[in-house]
Amino acid sequence: MGAVSPQAARPSRSIELPYAAQFAAAREELPGHDLSWVTSERDAAIARFSELGLPSQRVEDWKYSNLTPLAKTDFTAPDRKAAEAARAEVAERFPKESAAGRLVFINGMLDGPLSALEELPAGVRVLGLADAMADEGDLLKSQLEAVPALNGHALAALNAAFMADGCLIILEPDTELALELLFVAAPDVGAVAYHPRISIAAGAGSTLALGEQHTALGELEYWSNPVTAISLGETAQMRHYKLQEESRRAWQTALTKTRIAAGAAYENFVVATGGRYARNEIKVVLEGAGASCELGGGFLLAGEQHVDNRLRVDHAAPDGTSRQTYKGVLDERAHGVFQGKTVVHRGAQKSDGNQLSRALLLSPNAIMDAKPELEIYADDVKCSHGATVGELDGEQMFYLRARGIDEASARSLLIAAFMDEHLQSVADQAAREWLQGAVSRWLAQHLSVGEA
Amino acid sequence: MLEIKGLSVSVAGKEILKDFSLSVAAGEVHAIMGPNGSGKSTLSYVLAGREGYDITAGSVLYRGQDLFALEPEMRAREGLFLAFQYPVEIPGVGSATFLKTAVNAIRKHRGEKEYDAMEFLKVMREKRDALGISEEMMRRTLNVGFSGGEKKRNEILQMALLEPYLAVLDETDSGLDIDALKVAADGINALRSPERAMIVITHYQRLLEYVVPDYVHVLADGRVVRSGGKELALELEEKGYSGFTGNAEAAA
Repeated sequence: MGAVSPQAARPSRSIELPYAAQFAAAREELPGHDLSWVTSERDAAIARFSELGLPSQRVEDWKYSNLTPLAKTDFTAPDRKAAEAARAEVAERFPKESAAGRLVFINGMLDGPLSALEELPAGVRVLGLADAMADEGDLLKSQLEAVPALNGHALAALNAAFMADGCLIILEPDTELALELLFVAAPDVGAVAYHPRISIAAGAGSTLALGEQHTALGELEYWSNPVTAISLGETAQMRHYKLQEESRRAWQTALTKTRIAAGAAYENFVVATGGRYARNEIKVVLEGAGASCELGGGFLLAGEQHVDNRLRVDHAAPDGTSRQTYKGVLDERAHGVFQGKTVVHRGAQKSDGNQLSRALLLSPNAIMDAKPELEIYADDVKCSHGATVGELDGEQMFYLRARGIDEASARSLLIAAFMDEHLQSVADQAAREWLQGAVSRWLAQHLSVGEA
Repeated sequence: MLEIKGLSVSVAGKEILKDFSLSVAAGEVHAIMGPNGSGKSTLSYVLAGREGYDITAGSVLYRGQDLFALEPEMRAREGLFLAFQYPVEIPGVGSATFLKTAVNAIRKHRGEKEYDAMEFLKVMREKRDALGISEEMMRRTLNVGFSGGEKKRNEILQMALLEPYLAVLDETDSGLDIDALKVAADGINALRSPERAMIVITHYQRLLEYVVPDYVHVLADGRVVRSGGKELALELEEKGYSGFTGNAEAAA
């Protein structure tokens, strides 16, 4: 046996990408390029990304996700004219339905005419990121310093290099805001990539309800790489709901990082039915005593879809509570992932942490990988975790059919019941119904319910 | 109504029903009695179409159709109803939603107009009042957290709503105290009619004091070993099954 060359022995932990060259070309065009601190942060970010590369499956955090096909697509930056051309269709297909304020993004760019922010309460500021880079450089700088930093994460670095738009949401202490963010992918010349940045600072005692919808005008190929950084002040409350109904050819790699002060509570619930590949990564740090977070997710997938839920909760202070509950329905060759990690640090006594992954496999070719992990460095804690994978119950199916209900309807009833039980944990009723709507749409489209 | 001829059924290679025959006409109530393991529940499940049973011989004609050619839901829509010995709990499916879905599936099949929510609530209220089923129970998810008696009453409520031609009641009396048994029996008796037939499967004679059958069949080791009138149930109560089982083996 010959000697192994040093070249071959070097572990390949990343996938080579053309983004550095793309960045060099775009550097002087990106919004905010005239702010020197923005450009120097971008330079640092692309250097960091070039060093880290697109994560391969050898990186533990990404072991269930193969990003190689992503690297093979030539994504380009979205064109504003193409986005504006889609405005009328977006307005028609996604009319504003609630009294809450709304920001509409087409291919990652804020669309002013479709957005509505007329009646923001006093003490609340909401502004587009590109607008902030143009007019409010100092505010932007202090905001980005106030929310959690995102070092060491390859795709967050890529977002930091290319971020062109997004929004800042700032709540003074004891204020309240309900806001909707609609992200729509629209046709462009080719497959576009966009990197929205959402930055939220909620002051002490404030209350924020945020609903995000990610969708597309048709079965387009694109890559959405949003980063959301959230800072919740003492006793602040945030309800964060997300509907991921991307095109079946889309990639979404979403990262949310939330810092929670004493007595504050963060609730996050994601329903995902779209995307060829969707990563829902959430990192939460319970920084203050008695902080809590509830992370929940429901996904319904078919075909070759892949959804990767990567959660990490750090209990860094005593009396914190965290829940991670993810339930999926997987048909055909779909692949679901739950990687949940809860770390209870020294001194975080009386922490209460729970993780649960449940999956319903409708096909022998569907795959669910569940990896709940607890890491505990305190001695007085209450933590538990569990994971189950099952099929539709044959006895339940027979009982329903024995009452005249056809097989497809019986399946649909049982799947809806599985998800519905889970959605009951969504605290806000209107939001729960909104999320249930996506489950119903999936069932109606995917299962041929009723007879011809 | 129902014509079972020479039916043999195996489960995992073991023969449970052996050359079983039974003829049931409209308006009749037949009781099938037998010890544990005699094949009573197998008979009910085979009629309703549950998976896992091998029909090795025989035929079943139901209202002129080959029963085995029909999927379980088609049997139900054609008016065959099985009251389960162990009603299945289905978390997350509301009792009322389930009932409305089932009733409308059957009404649609019969060419009747499907009930809207208000119509259905009205019909359901009449039927459940008669069975002492509370509105609260209907708001719970299907059979979850129901007591044994509540589950059985819920089965009879379903039967009342689905208005079958042939009802197979599989040990509806099991697990019921005497008061619950009377409520269940009243519900069953209210559904007796010249157009409807019933097969009442039971281990004990007790239920048959309230639901008086026209015929009684004793099932032992997969065969009918005696058939007679309602007085056969009393004889069985006196002598126990052991004598009958012995006879069966002697005859075999």
